[in-house]
Amino acid sequence: MNVLVGIKRVPATAGQITLTPDGQEIDTRYLGFTVSPHEECAVEEAVRLIEKHGGSSTVLTLGPEAAIDQLREAMALGIERAMLLETDGREWDPVATAAAMVEAIEAERAAGRTYDVVMFGNESADSAGYQVGVRVADALDLPCVTGIKALEVTNGHATVRRQTESGWEVADVPLPAVLTVKEGINLPRYPSLPGRLKAKKKEIERSTPQWQDGGLEKIRLKLPVQVGHTVEILGKDGDPGVQVVELFQRLRLL
Amino acid sequence: MLSLEVLTMAGRVALDIGRPLEAVAIGSQGAGAAGILSSYGVSTLHVADDPRLAEYAPVAWAHAIAELADQVNAEIVIGTASDRGGEVMAHVGARMQVPLAANCTEIAPGDPFIVIRQRWGGSLLEEAHIKARVKLLTLAPHALTAEASPSRTDVTTRAFTPALDDRDFRVRLVPQVEADTGKISLAQARVVVGGGRGVGSAEGFASLEELADLLGGAVGCSRAVTSLGWRPHSDQVDQTGTRIAPDLYIACGISGAIQHMVGCRAAKHILAINTDPAAPIVAQADYAVIGDVQKVLTAVNAEIKRVKAGAPSRTPA
Ligand SMILES: Cc1cc2nc3c(=O)[nH]c(=O)nc-3n(C[C@H](O)[C@H](O)[C@H](O)COP(=O)(O)OP(=O)(O)OC[C@H]3O[C@@H](n4cnc5c(N)ncnc54)[C@H](O)[C@@H]3O)c2cc1C
Repeated sequence: MNVLVGIKRVPATAGQITLTPDGQEIDTRYLGFTVSPHEECAVEEAVRLIEKHGGSSTVLTLGPEAAIDQLREAMALGIERAMLLETDGREWDPVATAAAMVEAIEAERAAGRTYDVVMFGNESADSAGYQVGVRVADALDLPCVTGIKALEVTNGHATVRRQTESGWEVADVPLPAVLTVKEGINLPRYPSLPGRLKAKKKEIERSTPQWQDGGLEKIRLKLPVQVGHTVEILGKDGDPGVQVVELFQRLRLL
Repeated sequence: MLSLEVLTMAGRVALDIGRPLEAVAIGSQGAGAAGILSSYGVSTLHVADDPRLAEYAPVAWAHAIAELADQVNAEIVIGTASDRGGEVMAHVGARMQVPLAANCTEIAPGDPFIVIRQRWGGSLLEEAHIKARVKLLTLAPHALTAEASPSRTDVTTRAFTPALDDRDFRVRLVPQVEADTGKISLAQARVVVGGGRGVGSAEGFASLEELADLLGGAVGCSRAVTSLGWRPHSDQVDQTGTRIAPDLYIACGISGAIQHMVGCRAAKHILAINTDPAAPIVAQADYAVIGDVQKVLTAVNAEIKRVKAGAPSRTPA
């Protein structure tokens, strides 16, 4: 079977976000970049599917040239091929992103490469549009399940489960299908050193899709207003146990 | 997907643009909503009438909404940003070939049509313009407080039969109710004891488990801990895992990354236990103990047991 995974390069933010002075971007001067967490799990799931069923795996991203790093991260985990849809660094909205991906998948099909499973993350960590997978599925007329946390493939069918507030939902879909993954479906492996070395040497297939106005235009970013508050330090002098338990009593937890 | 917050927001927007507020109900329970809708200014409730819609089939539900939106010439379609709401609205966008702005917190209709939407789970906001014949958006939870109007409207209920074919039902999601394990769930616990990399090891969570037991709470963790394999992902508190809203969140050896704070910012109080007074969690907490997790928790657990044993009004420990 053949599996395609769509991933996104996002800044590895941690304690706080700082914006560039024009409010257009996150200031990434002091940040690394990574694959969005849901997609990291989608990559792992793709590698597992191929390990189990045989076949080939491909990773696809739309982003700047630097997103090659994230494609290599995916290949270091065991993905075979990588495709970069290179942008000029402008932000592409979900409609434009999905359209470029559909075009790439159709070009693959024309070249004789079809996919049984196309995976994405449920939403990207940064812009979180919650829709690229759905739009790709719609354009390719494929069934689609979003937010899956378990996947079993048998006889041309995928049985998927996803979590709800009160338990689980189950669906059985014929392949080919588009599945969007949520973190927790698996625990991604760490790349091996040989895996990294191999990934470094692999060729990246590149193309440059045409930017289009998808109709959702980012004007500016802003940080939410922080309500100032003070922190009370407990146990500065004396037994922290006593002061913490006093706090529990004050909050009526004991 | 009945959300009073969405109704409140939609009512304000409808008033703003001078158009009636109409609602659509899909699935078996929908028609019963008319009573509530009358307190939110809804003029017409459209009930999608097709027995196959009783089960959740995202594409079919979306196609019903898209068809109705065209039929009534909707200018704006607002859904809730729940798992199902977001999924259905994404399909509506795909079907109608218009953009969708997910997780909005503010809407200013007009030209340009402006929305504020959440990125990074709400740690960052984006001002965006929607340019489309029909504006689609989902409303982020807690973006506003639901508010019924003092006067009631007469809600006309109208059934419509969307043109659906079998392909629209290729994906159906069937609920599987989980057996009650008797464990207090993270999402519902009054107290959550969260552990981060600073807990040191999987074994180090024993003291957090003990504290959670003593307080009748649940144990959670950061993503760093899940990635290390110390705890299952079901314990993860954050943007991608469970969002919690306890009376008290005790964050032990957690630095307070924005993604983690998304998951716990609904806690009424936060107590941080951290060796580093400059850790971001300390600045965002209401209470903090600067010190080693294990040492602090040993003292706290011992003190709780002492107090419990010595308090005659409580059941002896
Ligand atoms: C795109 C992206 C998405 C992410 N999504 C999520 C997410 O959804 N959820 C999430 O949790 N994370 C997420 N992360 C990771 C997040 O940024 C942090 O890396 C992670 O939350 C850190 O976990 P931590 O606080 O346990 O560990 P650390 O950041 O390593 O913090 C450990 C803390 O423990 C303290 N400490 C150390 N030893 C002790 C001791 N003995 N006693 C007391 N304190 C001690 C340290 O002072 C420090 O503050 C994401 C990251 C990226 C890039």
